[in-house]
Amino acid sequence: MEYFDTLIVILQSTVRVSVPLILAALAGLYSERAGIFDIGLEGKMLAAAFAGGAAASVYGSAIIGLGAAIFVSVCLALVHGFASITQRGNQIVSGVAINFIALGATVILGQAWFRQGGRTPQLGEGERFTTVELPFAAELADIPILGSIYSNLLSGHFLLTYFAFALVPFTWWVLYRTRFGLRLRAVGENPGAVDTAGISVIWLRYRAVICCGILCGFAGAYLSMAMTAGFVKGMTAGKGFIALAALIFAKWKPVNVMFACLLFGFLDAMSIRMQGNALPLIGEVPVQFMQALPYILTVILLAGFIGKAIPPRAGGVPYVKER
Amino acid sequence: MSAPYAKLPAWVDYGLIPLINLTVAFAVAGLVVLAVGESPVRAAGLMIQGAFGYGEGIGFTLYYATNFIFTGLAVAVAFHCGLFNIGGEGQAYVAGLGVALPCLWLDQFAPWYLVFLAAIVGSALAGAAWALIPGWLQAKRGSHVVITTIMFNFIASSLMVYVLVDVLKPAGSMAPQTRAFAESGQLPRLDWMFSWAGVDMGGAPFNLSFLLALVMACVVWAVIWRTKLGYEIRTMGHSPSAARYAGIRESRIIIITMMMSGALAGMMALNPIMGDQHRMQLDFVGGAGFVGIAVALMGRSHPVGIVPAAILFGMLYQGGAEISFEMPQISRDMITIIQGLVILFAGALENMFRPAITTFFATMGTARAGKTLPAGE
Amino acid sequence: MNDIAIELKGIDKKFGLVHANKDIDLRVRKGTIHGIIGENGAGKSTLMSILYGFYQADDGDIFINGQKIVIKDPNVAIGAGIGMVHQHFMLVENFTVLENVMLGAEESQILTAGITKARQELRRLEHEYELEVDPDAIIEELPVGLQQRVEILKALYRGAEILILDEPTGVLTPDEADHLFRILEQLKDQGKTILLITHKLREIMAVTDEVSVMRRGEMVATRTTAETSVEELAELMVGRHVLLHVEKGPAAPGEVMLSVENLTVRDSRGVDMVKNVSFQVRAGEIVGIAGVAGNGQSELLQAVSGIRRAVSGKVWLDGEPVDVTSKDPSGLRQRGLAHVPEDRQHMGLVLKFDQSENSILGYHDDPKYSNGMFLDIDAIRKDAVDKIEKYDIRPPNPRLKTANFSGGNQQKIVLAREMERDPKVLIIGQPTRGVDVGAIEFIHKRIIEMRDAGKAVLLVSVELDEIRSLADRVLVMFDGRIVGERAPDTGERELGLLMAGVADAEEAAQ
Repeated sequence: MEYFDTLIVILQSTVRVSVPLILAALAGLYSERAGIFDIGLEGKMLAAAFAGGAAASVYGSAIIGLGAAIFVSVCLALVHGFASITQRGNQIVSGVAINFIALGATVILGQAWFRQGGRTPQLGEGERFTTVELPFAAELADIPILGSIYSNLLSGHFLLTYFAFALVPFTWWVLYRTRFGLRLRAVGENPGAVDTAGISVIWLRYRAVICCGILCGFAGAYLSMAMTAGFVKGMTAGKGFIALAALIFAKWKPVNVMFACLLFGFLDAMSIRMQGNALPLIGEVPVQFMQALPYILTVILLAGFIGKAIPPRAGGVPYVKER
Repeated sequence: MSAPYAKLPAWVDYGLIPLINLTVAFAVAGLVVLAVGESPVRAAGLMIQGAFGYGEGIGFTLYYATNFIFTGLAVAVAFHCGLFNIGGEGQAYVAGLGVALPCLWLDQFAPWYLVFLAAIVGSALAGAAWALIPGWLQAKRGSHVVITTIMFNFIASSLMVYVLVDVLKPAGSMAPQTRAFAESGQLPRLDWMFSWAGVDMGGAPFNLSFLLALVMACVVWAVIWRTKLGYEIRTMGHSPSAARYAGIRESRIIIITMMMSGALAGMMALNPIMGDQHRMQLDFVGGAGFVGIAVALMGRSHPVGIVPAAILFGMLYQGGAEISFEMPQISRDMITIIQGLVILFAGALENMFRPAITTFFATMGTARAGKTLPAGE
Repeated sequence: MNDIAIELKGIDKKFGLVHANKDIDLRVRKGTIHGIIGENGAGKSTLMSILYGFYQADDGDIFINGQKIVIKDPNVAIGAGIGMVHQHFMLVENFTVLENVMLGAEESQILTAGITKARQELRRLEHEYELEVDPDAIIEELPVGLQQRVEILKALYRGAEILILDEPTGVLTPDEADHLFRILEQLKDQGKTILLITHKLREIMAVTDEVSVMRRGEMVATRTTAETSVEELAELMVGRHVLLHVEKGPAAPGEVMLSVENLTVRDSRGVDMVKNVSFQVRAGEIVGIAGVAGNGQSELLQAVSGIRRAVSGKVWLDGEPVDVTSKDPSGLRQRGLAHVPEDRQHMGLVLKFDQSENSILGYHDDPKYSNGMFLDIDAIRKDAVDKIEKYDIRPPNPRLKTANFSGGNQQKIVLAREMERDPKVLIIGQPTRGVDVGAIEFIHKRIIEMRDAGKAVLLVSVELDEIRSLADRVLVMFDGRIVGERAPDTGERELGLLMAGVADAEEAAQ
């Protein structure tokens, strides 16, 4: 039973750390399925986390914070869109630029506005998101196993958490069952087909990039307003890149994205849990190794030892009309 | 007709357009300064004063520039092969071992130049080794080098924390760093260069590795434009299918290029470790690997452009430190923004102003020639 | 006025300094098949792209059914009842037929209703025009003929009354092309107006009612097809008498220089593209391989020249065996094999290199151009200048970026590089694709000269005329196999049937 409780705790923290990954990876999915590669997820998330934390504390409202997070993230997404769609620039280069601009600007502006060494003020009640209890969570907690799963694992998360998981089937539905999804997938494979069908490639790709911005906004808001109470300098700490890796690992498919993110989240949760604890047979594992493990695994996965990830065919290539 | 833009005079292509892009990047940075309530003009003045106004400032500017020449060259070499090596940061970090270990082993008995030689080889080998795996994965397994090098930056960071905390830290010490090197593990400073000009360098750590950086700039130029290997690298970079046709072995070139790139990034570790701190500390790279991206883009991947671009960023680092004394709002993170803006405007938006300029020159051209070409494909 | 479906007045379009369309007038009568013919680069595709709203004309007016209309994007064109079948199919390859047909005409935000309707509509069109295709098939798994059918269905699904076909037969076998023409006749009978863009005179004569000729961006003439002749159209197209036959003496074949035995080559998808192919090329003869594009010629060339691994088979170069399972183009070059690749712009040249750099592509290891690990820049430039003179490459500037040369001059850069090596075996793919008329003559003469100098020449071209006028022996390739060998003066009909894979072509020809 003790092992079971430990497992529940680890799984619960897996869910907690997976949420921003899922949101960011789905953000990347909208963009990349439309043929716009985005390694600027990290930067957009960071900027959104800052804007959310800052606006929530200044206006004393979590909703305004969320709005600000989304707004800032969409603005950065539009910069990326302008560079890669309108100007046909290098999408990797543009993504790198956005990461740096966000990294620098959040500190400079944070210091100028709040003078707390790059932090935003601690968020109080009403300024941050709170967890919700599912109905009868307390009553059912005593039922062995199932009750524990229900009240400790499924209940007690933020609304954003449920939103993130609901977004997975929703994204699947959008992609495969709506006109927007059909066109989105088409433009990532062959923009020429979309153009000759009388659909604007540019507008379609901009919409995809905006979707990406919105979801990165949610991811950032979750970091600074749900997971913690306030923005801390550089708080994304590589999550945007892990999300990107998860997206590749998932071969750009929504449901796979969720599982990939849960896997990386699980590794993260395990590494926190196992700090200083000796593993049976192996002995004590350096903390740093546990921290590097998600990245090492990602590289091993990327090396193609588990099937090949084929990106959208028009990905990374600006659309130029043939003559 | 596959050329998207009409031909422009070389000075416009290589001079005017990059200059306009840079100006815009700095103008936007100026707006940020304005937004935090300071005067961009005064900030620029402080920066230039801080970077070039006195001997010690110049020394520091060139000290930082040394880092960026190495990392800029590293990114540029990979660019020529069509590869984007974002991993310079991690390669330089791991290469710290290639510098520190020879110093720790040899500094008691070998003269400084032998230690230096061993450290050059060590840093280049360590950097190359760290770039080898992403290069090999790209060449043999098709894993995108951008993603793998990002991952390797994180892995390098964990590895080096482990090494510094658990392995190299002297017993009884608290700080995660190696012991200080003896004198022969320290590079001579270049005071004499300043004395010639009659300037006092003060305490600036401007050292011999700057000259090594300039030598490497020449070497990179010669390798890329004057050797068979460079020809093969450029062929690969422009057209992988032409390279295949020409019998150039794709995976070999990718791996060699990545190793060259990693070696150059690795040599950067010489400057802070042997040239300044005389020990290896946590996070000694400090983002220089990423600055290399901006430097390479700004210098258009050519050593002649990279050296001045590196000096410009050296100026930003040194001048930026000076500004923060006078304007507490503006910390060094300002440079991160500028770096991002330079990458954006000199890289991703490099052609933003080109159509307008092309039109301008075309109208001038047709006005002179007064005719257009006949039809054709 | 009512019987005019399309009228163009004074259409003018420039791309930078290139004047693609000069003051074009065109009238197309309703319910007819109207051909537009012209050489590659005459401006036909540009004109059609303007009509379809892909580009905007700088000047001029478009009238559809007598109504003036500004076609600012393909949407307006589709709304005006114009449909287009592009030369390179505009299909999403990993989508189903149904998804491709629906794309852009989905009816509503949620697909379900649209799918049902599209299915019904497809079935109706299938019956009406005999355009059968499985709506749930994935595009990339369909043969090109069917893919083209999907393109036509796309246009009809959107209610097109005017159908533009841009070089529709380039990828088709003669048989498939005939089928296409039957479909076009049927569409015409239903009252649709068809614009057929091609550079093949035979097709114009076979199906069109009227024909307009374009040359260097200008519309030079419109004729009623029944009242004109191939000779007249050819002259209008080129602007002077075409050199139909290349001057050449009889071949004097010598030793076997290139021998290929049971060669099988697989493409990246794992499909056998070359199946058990055997042939020989002797010194002093030109062996031409004819065939519709995509029947394994490219893979054959690549395997023989060492760019692609073969699965099995043997190759001998000048009597010495070649390891076909390893890729070693450099080794083959050293042994005297020169290769002018089909895809000049992506393989034969690096467009961002200057002319002198491209003059050593593949030969940069040669001691002539290098000292140890360094390139000998002076020697390279001097050599480039020699080639410029000898091959009349214009502009004569070895430092000029290759992208700034015309197609013909780019091809001359490749030819100069490969021919001046004094090879034993010369492999040439599509020597005159995208090359202007003047350069074609020059290139053909050079190829004959190589033969007369005792080189073994293997020539692959999808232009049957080119094969017939240059080759001493013609091998026909279909579906990865060599299905026959003929003399170059064999009738077009017989060769055409062989190219279409009709096995008993000899009987059929009689």
